[in-house]
Amino acid sequence: MTGTKKQRIDALAESTVDKPEDSGVSLAASAWRRLRRNPAFLVGAVITVLFVAVALISPWLAPHDPAARDLADQVVKARNEIPPAQPGHPLGGDPQGRDFLSRLLVGSQQTLMVGVFATLIGLAGGLVLGTLAGALGGWVDSVVMRAVDVMLSVPSLLLAVSISALFARPSQFTVIIAVAIVQIPIFARLLRGSMLAQRGSDHVLAARSLGVRPGAIVFRHMLPNSLGPVIVQATLVLATSIIDAAALSFLGLGNPDDSVPEWGQMLGGSQQVIDSHPALSFWPAGCIIVVALGFTLIGESLRDALDPKNRR
Amino acid sequence: MLRYVVRRLLQLVVVILVLSLLLFAWLRSLPGGPVSALLGERATEESRRALTAQLGLDQPIFVQYFRFLGRALSGDFGNSTGVAPGSTAMEVFSQRFPATIELSVLAIIIAVLLGIPLGYLAARRRGGWFDNLSVIGSLIGVAVPVFFLAFLLKYLFAVQLGWLPSAGRQTSGIDATRVTGFFVLDGIMTQEWDAALDALLHLILPAMALATIPFAVIFRITRAAVLDVLDEDYVRTAESKGLTTPVVRRRHVLRNAMLPVVTTIGLQTGALLAGAVLTERVFGYPGVGEALAIGFERRDYPVLQLLIIIAAMVYVLVNLLVDVSYALIDPRIRTR
Repeated sequence: MTGTKKQRIDALAESTVDKPEDSGVSLAASAWRRLRRNPAFLVGAVITVLFVAVALISPWLAPHDPAARDLADQVVKARNEIPPAQPGHPLGGDPQGRDFLSRLLVGSQQTLMVGVFATLIGLAGGLVLGTLAGALGGWVDSVVMRAVDVMLSVPSLLLAVSISALFARPSQFTVIIAVAIVQIPIFARLLRGSMLAQRGSDHVLAARSLGVRPGAIVFRHMLPNSLGPVIVQATLVLATSIIDAAALSFLGLGNPDDSVPEWGQMLGGSQQVIDSHPALSFWPAGCIIVVALGFTLIGESLRDALDPKNRR
Repeated sequence: MLRYVVRRLLQLVVVILVLSLLLFAWLRSLPGGPVSALLGERATEESRRALTAQLGLDQPIFVQYFRFLGRALSGDFGNSTGVAPGSTAMEVFSQRFPATIELSVLAIIIAVLLGIPLGYLAARRRGGWFDNLSVIGSLIGVAVPVFFLAFLLKYLFAVQLGWLPSAGRQTSGIDATRVTGFFVLDGIMTQEWDAALDALLHLILPAMALATIPFAVIFRITRAAVLDVLDEDYVRTAESKGLTTPVVRRRHVLRNAMLPVVTTIGLQTGALLAGAVLTERVFGYPGVGEALAIGFERRDYPVLQLLIIIAAMVYVLVNLLVDVSYALIDPRIRTR
């Protein structure tokens, strides 16, 4: 965990590359054995399972339609009045008079979508670039890596801001794209690092001397062995992408259409009224913090479990 | 070593040049543009065209870029069109840069003064309640959206309790003498103690918000590094040859554990700008981060170009410094 951002990525890439000669137990099996005993992993897993479950069943869980302005008659814009908690609406309403609890519950769906899609797109981009650079080497490697360096030279939030500014109309889609692109160089560098670390390793040498085609070596031997660090990073990115999406909403670059709620958008949009109605910020913030913590706990314990130094 | 530094500096020049070209094309492909931002939606076609020509935006993009490069070499980065119309981009930078530096330095000081001792203590009491509690705390610190934390601090300490000012760098009534642009330093140099104290009070809340993530990271790195070192053979050797515990801790554990911590501090300093964009926005703090946020809203090309390029340069240079210091401290790295 030391050195520059680049070195940290590279170190993660090397540290979790499977070295088959280590022992008779497969890395996955021994990692799983350690994970099961790790309380941090268990807490993270419980949070994540709950989050995904709520997201899946929230349309049936929510007492009201999150887009319906049931309490609109209690909203007084001029006096900054927002419907308070009342029977049937335990958390009251939002500034538009919609049931806040329902929005919070249903908001988990879009939040999960932002996290998952931003991670998948970042991962896909990084996989392509990283595999190209790591497998082909030479000038392809140089070109890809210089491009990655340029992207890494800009602080990540600034990069996300400049990407989302590119779209005339911000939407959920532009938020996901902006957050995802920021992750591409990190995944690319990570994958390239662990591919390079394997190039000279015995199992690749063995495959090559057996006459396995280069394509098959890359996809059947090198890529599967490089996935450990990528999975760790992906779990951590699930957390950061949800937080980054909230930051974009706060800066006015989020999805302006709030008929389908999302926690980051709810949090970013409620900052103007935080002095008078702090609960409108606290609830979505609390949800984001807990979910981000859950993903981070899983990611960190995966990293520990996959680290060959910890194998016993 | 020298050759390595020179090679890295040359790489830096290439990265910055490529970045400046990409940034230039990128900004100009953004929807809207400074003309709409300056004149509004209802301006006549004629006045739009006149302003476009006046800003040089009617030229082909490569002409614009090389004109920009030529002027930039003589220190002219153009005039601000949105953040502070009437000033040059360089003036915007030189007014706001000290503000952000002041904020970042205080944030890093807070993060270091809390992160290193707590990380060391946590490692010494590994597995105890203090260790577990502070590890959980540091994980939550990374999971909290920075801007929300900033609002929380502002709400609690400025709005509810009224202990600290909620916005700006200096109370408007105070007539302080400006020397360096660093308000706290200015107050101390001119011995205007009330002005220095006032500026410092304005810094506390934004610095605390900005310090959270670096604090969490420095804490965790310190803890991990101390744990690593405690396992080392030379610590056992030192203990077994009868050295007292304080001596072992000071000379062998802390000194060796500080290597990764020092580099982490450097890196976190480089990455502070992203957090500053959010924190400065919440506190209406007139620094580089706020200028970037406003610059994007109003499509202020010259200011954005200058600030982003400088941000990238600082970031890459800090990375280089970290690499160099690493190689200087740890001889094993030099041979790579």
